[in-house]
Amino acid sequence: MIPEIAADLLSFLPQWIQAIVWYGVVAVILFISVILIMAFLTLAERRVIGSIQARIGPNRVGPFGILQPFADVLKLLVKEIVIPEKSNKFLFLLAPLLALIPALCTWAVVPLWPGFTVSSIDAGLLYILALTSAGVYGVILAGWAANSKYAFLGAMRAAAQMVAYEIAMGFALVGVVMAAGSLNLSAIIEAQRGVGGFFFWWMIPLFVVYFISGLAETNRAPFDVVEGESEIVAGFHVEYSGMAFAVFFVAEYVNMILISALTAVFFFGGWLSPFEGWNLPGWLAWINTPHPLVGFLWLFSKIAFFLFCFLWFRATFPRYRYDQIMRLGWKVFIPVTLVWIAVLMVLAYCKIGPWAG
Amino acid sequence: MTITEILFYAFSAVLVVAALGVITARNPVHAALFLVFAFFNSAVIWLLLEAEFLAIVLVLVYVGAVMVLFLFVVMMLDVDLAQMKEGFTRYAPLGIIIAVLVVVEIGSVVWVKHLGVGQQSAAVAVVEGYSNTRALGELLYTKYLYPFELAAMVLLLAIVAAIVLTMRHRAGLKAQDIAAQVAVRAKDRIRIVKMDAEKPSETSSPEKQP
Repeated sequence: MIPEIAADLLSFLPQWIQAIVWYGVVAVILFISVILIMAFLTLAERRVIGSIQARIGPNRVGPFGILQPFADVLKLLVKEIVIPEKSNKFLFLLAPLLALIPALCTWAVVPLWPGFTVSSIDAGLLYILALTSAGVYGVILAGWAANSKYAFLGAMRAAAQMVAYEIAMGFALVGVVMAAGSLNLSAIIEAQRGVGGFFFWWMIPLFVVYFISGLAETNRAPFDVVEGESEIVAGFHVEYSGMAFAVFFVAEYVNMILISALTAVFFFGGWLSPFEGWNLPGWLAWINTPHPLVGFLWLFSKIAFFLFCFLWFRATFPRYRYDQIMRLGWKVFIPVTLVWIAVLMVLAYCKIGPWAG
Repeated sequence: MTITEILFYAFSAVLVVAALGVITARNPVHAALFLVFAFFNSAVIWLLLEAEFLAIVLVLVYVGAVMVLFLFVVMMLDVDLAQMKEGFTRYAPLGIIIAVLVVVEIGSVVWVKHLGVGQQSAAVAVVEGYSNTRALGELLYTKYLYPFELAAMVLLLAIVAAIVLTMRHRAGLKAQDIAAQVAVRAKDRIRIVKMDAEKPSETSSPEKQP
């Protein structure tokens, strides 16, 4: 699906090279924008949590501290990467990449604006589940390869936690798939068109389970026992320094952005306007137009809202105890999703809500 | 050779190397990781066959769930390779017999195909708009509904059985009852007693420390 302008520009090349060039360029642009958003997210996190805790936060580098992320990157770049003597060096260096690559690859199937997805595959939702579950390897291998007890404990915690919450996450998405009748993310968004069409209104419990499971999957507070600094120093990345540590950091934030984007797509209509089908006054009508820029703005503002929730939760809740995390995942979330899937079955049978018409 | 063929041979070669790595790696964790790598490569080969659903499910189930638990266990175990290799010569004949049997079976399947009996036609390129996922779903939920449901029941049974087998209720076990903890109220735990204030008597006043 190479757009015509690009196809014209590259017409002197064989078709398969055209595809490689086009997707390569798109991937690089996507990569850079995600990394940039991630960089400013770290700044936003420190400023937001600062303001919640009645502090100022970083405000020295550039106006309003806007250059702080670049200062951080520069600092991490010039730091030495210490490789522990008795570690498994190959896996030790491979682990950060294994954490980052799946997080970035998943962006390929996320619809960014009306009519545009890098790769609009039919099993998109499964692809996302598969790749996010592959991301756990980075954490496990980092813990094991470092040959350190703290890191290993962190890795064990991460593995158990991610496996537990993946199941609840998958079940929450079953409801979305039932309503949309497709695994394709663009089709899922299209299915939410209309007044009150967002799946959120019919699947509030599933949304809550999905978002909290997403929080647990990304190992963010209050589920950050994986790196619980009061017990196991820094968890799985305790032996990492410099850029090797930074790659884990980037992976965590990219995953946060991804979970926010997916929550927006699955439950809040992605790039659809929430005022779809409303009679808006003329000067406001533009917010409902299917223009790419408007669609992207809606998606972006939804992502920004969920990212803010991530930061808000971090500043608000104390860390869960490990057995409480397991209990929440297995004994609370999975039954809740199962019950709600049964409710949705009844709705589908009676042709109510997303199934009407 | 087309691009697809080149890719197929490249990934197959890597797959074979990874599979060899599984059985030759000295470190069990490395062996498990080779297996993960082999799964990824076979998923790619399925993708080349345009079976995207199967490819993704392979990664989701085997890489994302099964192998994570496998790694989990392998990392926790302290596997002593010398001890494992102790019975090697004793079991070698049995191993050789099984290996020969498997080779003969694979060979016979290839031979039957060679004769043209029950031969599968080569995968044809699918038409535009064909959805692998939809096609699979329609078959599973219409034609093969009962076998599918049966398989689901068997799996559910396996889950329940595994949980029942591992769950033991020993007497005298101190476990938390979270619901009881949450439901507790202050008046269940402490009793506030009202007492009149008393004046300390002159005689029994504590001795002053120097």
